[in-house]
Amino acid sequence: MQFEFRNNKDFWSGVMLIATGAAAIVISRNYAFGTSLRMGPGYFPAVLGAALVIFGLYLVAVGLRRKEPIRGHWAVRALIVLPLSLVLFGVLMEHAGFVPAMMVLVFGSAAAGTDFRPLEALLLAAGLTVFTAVIFIWGIGLPYPLFVGW
Amino acid sequence: MDLFGNLIYGFGVAFTLQNLAYCAIGVTIGTLIGVLPGIGPLATIAMLLPLTFNAPPVAALIMLAGIYYGAQYGGSTTAILVNLPGETSAVVTCIDGHQMARQGRAGPALAIAAIGSFIAGTFGTLLIALAGPPLAEVALKFGAPEYFALMLMGLVAAAVLSQGDMAKSLAMVAMGLLLGIVGTDVNTGVQRFTFGITELSDGIGFIVIAVGVFAIGEIVINLGDPEERRFYTDRVKNLMPSREDLKRSLAPILRGTVLGSFFGVLPGTGPAIASFSSYMLEKKVSKHPERFGQGAIEGVAGPESANNADAQCKFIPMLTLGLPASGVMALMLGALTIQGIQPGPEVMTTRPELFWGLIASMWIGNALLVVLNLPLIGLWVKLLKVPYRLLFPAIMAFSAVGIYSVNNSAFDIYLTALFGIVGVLWLKLGCSPAPMLLGYVLGPMMEEHLRRAMLMSKGDPSVFITRPIALGFILATVAILVIMVLPAVKQRRGEIQG
Repeated sequence: MQFEFRNNKDFWSGVMLIATGAAAIVISRNYAFGTSLRMGPGYFPAVLGAALVIFGLYLVAVGLRRKEPIRGHWAVRALIVLPLSLVLFGVLMEHAGFVPAMMVLVFGSAAAGTDFRPLEALLLAAGLTVFTAVIFIWGIGLPYPLFVGW
Repeated sequence: MDLFGNLIYGFGVAFTLQNLAYCAIGVTIGTLIGVLPGIGPLATIAMLLPLTFNAPPVAALIMLAGIYYGAQYGGSTTAILVNLPGETSAVVTCIDGHQMARQGRAGPALAIAAIGSFIAGTFGTLLIALAGPPLAEVALKFGAPEYFALMLMGLVAAAVLSQGDMAKSLAMVAMGLLLGIVGTDVNTGVQRFTFGITELSDGIGFIVIAVGVFAIGEIVINLGDPEERRFYTDRVKNLMPSREDLKRSLAPILRGTVLGSFFGVLPGTGPAIASFSSYMLEKKVSKHPERFGQGAIEGVAGPESANNADAQCKFIPMLTLGLPASGVMALMLGALTIQGIQPGPEVMTTRPELFWGLIASMWIGNALLVVLNLPLIGLWVKLLKVPYRLLFPAIMAFSAVGIYSVNNSAFDIYLTALFGIVGVLWLKLGCSPAPMLLGYVLGPMMEEHLRRAMLMSKGDPSVFITRPIALGFILATVAILVIMVLPAVKQRRGEIQG
């Protein structure tokens, strides 16, 4: 019988859990396991890793029988652009200051949407930058320079 | 009576100008995010946590609590007017509440929702005041085995009662426990799962996980499958419910309150379960069950009271045992820890102003919410019309500042981006992240209590069944698992035979 792997919710949940659990077990082998009386730092993670693998195997089995598909769309654009905007925010906060970081973050985030309007996004970015600066930097007194080395 | 004196003391704390202001800010933000679909109290509290860093602990907790129960109020407004639950707890309110709105009775529906919530909130507040001190006293006698068994019960209950597949939820608890132990092991100083990254030696920040999964992950999901919003009422007129409405609502409100309080104390059950149970109960006891779904006011009164009572009673385990019964409560505990307060049963005696002040503020906040919700309904409706494409970049902005400000670290921002991606994966695969968050918060505590319990008993695991309280928790855990598995077993057997 032909089996559709690509879009099976439970099967891939199982794979994800097995991979995570296996990684936890492998990594925790570097830490002392100890005994039940004196548990080492490797005891708890190894047990949890094993639990994840067991749940993962069970879910793979469920997936083979239930064949429930993954619902909805993958917003691929948002999935790439949103984390990227965040990363840029982090980099710019350290090297360029609050204003450029926030402008890039808001404009970049807006660009992740399906209904992107550049001019509106620019205005939104400016507005939110002023707003957050007023609340967090002047209001609460977070010690971030608005611009660095400009 | 002692309770009376304590409550008066609490009102004294809550009625200072500063605390009143924080309470008002909290419930306003709460209503706002409750009204707006696509952002829940969990993500909001996580990203606004830095706003409370400079505030005294009482004020911080009062504001965060206000956001939480305010969101339950706001969620019903969206449900009734737009047929979209602003919060998951308002899903059932959509059924009859929105039907009422279509019949031009949005006003009474909103009013009954607010009145019911207020009564439930008042009851919940009283219950915390009554049950808190004796519970904390019992909890003071708990040793490591009791705590471990209690946490185990809480996590299992949270996993099996949360929406979605039980095996996945249990696995996500284990996932959370694993994420929780990243960092330096307190007993040996060994760096675990840090991959040589210095920033990870203190562990993964809980705001990083909460915002990554519950704000950013959620946004990506929303952008993939946008929801449609349609209004059936442009203006809400005639708020006053009729005498008939009030008469019909009274019993459902009281039943909903009791039901919600019961579910509230259980770990892991979100307000959604309480409101759903209340709806089913009202339909069952009604002499005219056929009216349900056609705009029956009982279908609004019961569930709305239940979800508010539930939200309020979730504070009981957090305040008395120092254990979170939901993701939001985990954040509250985190907020306390940031303020330098070690959560636990001692808080009530060492920091009475915190406990009684918070309780009193909840009652004040509930009263404020009635005022905020009814006359200002027009304002909330306008806010609903803000398109999502303007909303989610704003969420991103607040999230980013919130996370960055905790450690002034860009690394936390990168980690949040990563958890955003992981969160999308989890949500798409139907692995509910809420139990993961509970596991994450309890992870280090559970490991510590397990180690201590084993040291105490010289490595004999029977310590968990020879001590009566611990045994009680273990038995309850087993019972929960058995009960939840049984119908599934039956169902599967039915499938095979059918």
